[in-house]
Amino acid sequence: MAGAEQRRFRLFRGTREGGELKEYQVAAGEGWVVLDAVHAIQAEQAPDLAVRWNCKAGKCGSCSAEINGKPRLMCMTRMSDYPADEPITVMPMKAFPVIKDLVTDVSWNYEVAKRIPAFQPRAPDNADGTWRMYQYEVERPQEFRKCIECFLCQDVCHVLRTHGKHDAFMGPAMLVRAAVYEMHPLDEAERHEHLRREGGIGYCNITKCCTEVCPESITITDNAIIPLKERVVDAHYDPLAALWRRLTAR
Amino acid sequence: MAASDLRTHHYDVVVIGAGGAGLRAAIEASAQQGKVALVCKSLLGKAHTVMAEGGAAAALGNVMGEDNWRVHFRDTMRGGKMHNNWRMAQIHAQEAPDRIRELEAWGALFDRTPDGRINQRPFGGHTYSRLAHVGDRTGLEMIRVLQDKGVHAGLDVHMECTIVRLFVVGGRVAGALGYFRETGRFVLFRAGAIVLATGGIGKAWQITSNSWEYTGDGHALAYEAGAELIDMEFVQFHPTGMVWPPGVRGILVTEGVRGEGGVLKNAAGERFMFRYMPEMFKGDFAESEAEADAWVKGERKKNRRPPELLTRDVVSKAITREIAEGRGTPHGGVFLDIASKQSPEYIKQKLPSMYHQFKELAHIDITKDAMEIGPTTHYVMGGVKVDAETQESTVSGLFAVGEVGGGMHGANRLGGNSLSDLLVFGRRAGLHAAAKRGPPPSFPDAEVEATMRDALAPFEHEGGENPFGVQAALQAVMQRNAGIIRDQKGLETALSELEGLKGRARKVGITGSREYNPGWHTAIDLRSLLIVSEATARAALERTESRGAHTRSDYPDSDERQAREQIVIKKEGDRMAVRREAQPPLPADLMKLVKEGA
Repeated sequence: MAGAEQRRFRLFRGTREGGELKEYQVAAGEGWVVLDAVHAIQAEQAPDLAVRWNCKAGKCGSCSAEINGKPRLMCMTRMSDYPADEPITVMPMKAFPVIKDLVTDVSWNYEVAKRIPAFQPRAPDNADGTWRMYQYEVERPQEFRKCIECFLCQDVCHVLRTHGKHDAFMGPAMLVRAAVYEMHPLDEAERHEHLRREGGIGYCNITKCCTEVCPESITITDNAIIPLKERVVDAHYDPLAALWRRLTAR
Repeated sequence: MAASDLRTHHYDVVVIGAGGAGLRAAIEASAQQGKVALVCKSLLGKAHTVMAEGGAAAALGNVMGEDNWRVHFRDTMRGGKMHNNWRMAQIHAQEAPDRIRELEAWGALFDRTPDGRINQRPFGGHTYSRLAHVGDRTGLEMIRVLQDKGVHAGLDVHMECTIVRLFVVGGRVAGALGYFRETGRFVLFRAGAIVLATGGIGKAWQITSNSWEYTGDGHALAYEAGAELIDMEFVQFHPTGMVWPPGVRGILVTEGVRGEGGVLKNAAGERFMFRYMPEMFKGDFAESEAEADAWVKGERKKNRRPPELLTRDVVSKAITREIAEGRGTPHGGVFLDIASKQSPEYIKQKLPSMYHQFKELAHIDITKDAMEIGPTTHYVMGGVKVDAETQESTVSGLFAVGEVGGGMHGANRLGGNSLSDLLVFGRRAGLHAAAKRGPPPSFPDAEVEATMRDALAPFEHEGGENPFGVQAALQAVMQRNAGIIRDQKGLETALSELEGLKGRARKVGITGSREYNPGWHTAIDLRSLLIVSEATARAALERTESRGAHTRSDYPDSDERQAREQIVIKKEGDRMAVRREAQPPLPADLMKLVKEGA
């Protein structure tokens, strides 16, 4: 192959029960991304190497993994960004159970998404059943709709990754999902209690790791989570109600 | 394998495929109080629809009030070179606006006009600005809205599950057998109504914008079940795929770039599309750069559209010709330039994911430099022959919708007509599938057992050939012999080489376990790929003319005698039978509309 150079890879091979890093050599072409190399290894050396992918263009969020320790999309990570004389290490996402090799069980995210209260629009503005919304109004939730559900933010979030609080905290990706509707100009559903109790929004202590890894550059912490936290606080800890409680000694 | 290996589910409706069409069908079937399963080959929300960029065509008339379903119908028929199923094209044009508004009621956030309505952008082949859009990630928006709607509607979603066979008893569909990728275990769905929404066949070519999923499973399942396939010779090669670097070759560059004013230039810097105006569209497009530029700047009453917005078949052939005649770029493409036509801010707002894609993958800043592009396999117009009203195939209870359905787009699909197609006919398929519910006929366990044994056969072939090698060989055959420009000799070569590949595919071997084993998945997908590749080559050989996306160098012109003649493919014994069938003519009023304008 023209312009091919030998590159070394260390890929995790294993299952739920455990596994190990295995080393592969691959002749890499010009402009290759990490996913190209993984595919080449799969096609030529290890046909049972498990990896998810679909669009290969950063639009579907399937090929999430940890490349040299960093949560990234394999299809958007160019090999030329790494030194040619060192192996590139690819591991599955740590915050989710391994199914096999680079594929993890992300079904938990789908269960959490299911329980977020659904979109509920206000009554139509016009007799023909339509609404008026302006560009400046839709731009805010549109940022969250860029989410491709790669779950890299879930993977890097220490509440999930280090502390394994999957049963108590919905994680940044699902907060972004809730934020779409919370900031949707037409939505009237009540989600604050859900976010506070089941969603465990209080667990987020704003370290912004999620924002850093987002391949869609969604400002997760500042634009989604912090405003949601404020809404939840406003709704639950209304200061007038608190004052009333104090005055009446209840 | 033991019978205990198999799990069985009973449903009213099983929808196979969870892109826009499958989701919309499942939502509708569920709304009819049906018990519905949605089966998808990947995770939910990852289907091809997420890659759709430009928008969904619907004559809302929000930007240009002159638009209505008649103009949309006319554009669709002319874009399809009059080969479309006219009734589908009519239903599509009439119902698309309601489906878009419905999506908004379910939470979609389309870009807005200054007065707060859904904005619409111009696109190839559409007379007026017609595509409802969200920047250049319309498909993602659509799938997320449908995904949320579906999940809250209580659909049973079976993710990462590939269907390998349909069961038909006495001409009625009765069930489907599949396996879960994660465990490699089999699952049997018994249902009296099954909707195929499996997408296309683009993985049969080397240069493609399609993912691993696009192996023509639905086409092949329907064919094996005895349904008819039509129009398989019509494969759309999108004019603008990335060409450099090699790792990204084929990745789609949205037509929205041209919709927003991007121009095509050859290596000499010439804006060549002015030289490729087909007779049918003379007078509809700008004849000078000044006129085209004025139109891009918004002066749309006095000026006509740029020729870059001709239909995809025309633009792809023009690019192919420029390259073949030595006017291509060093990497074998042509230039697509928007930097010299729009401001960096405008480009980043309207085409954010294109900006990102080129920056990350090619180190090119599209607000400063031209992109290098060339045609890439994109979409198959052909598919399962269905009834226009219900989407039911020639097998009772078996429906096909979206890309796997045939007829709607004729010989060439207009950009933007796919997303609206998914919604319009997804809803109809779901509605009619739910009406068809009822206890499915039963079929013998032995048939199920035999199918499972057959699917597992590659594990027995110790030392057999690697399935990835056979897949690559198939892609090379199709790219070389059944690509944009075809001829008799090439197509005959393709057919004989495919025959050899069939033998190799039967003997491929697998190592490792049944758990998440892509080698095994590829071995099974190969069976579908071989069927759709053969169907494409046979239909292309049979159609001795050039029309729309089907171009024969040995028959370069359209032949009026073959107009509205359809190539029909059906399984007869072990043989793929090919025949011609005349489509019913357009009713007089619609014919007049197409000829004289709306």
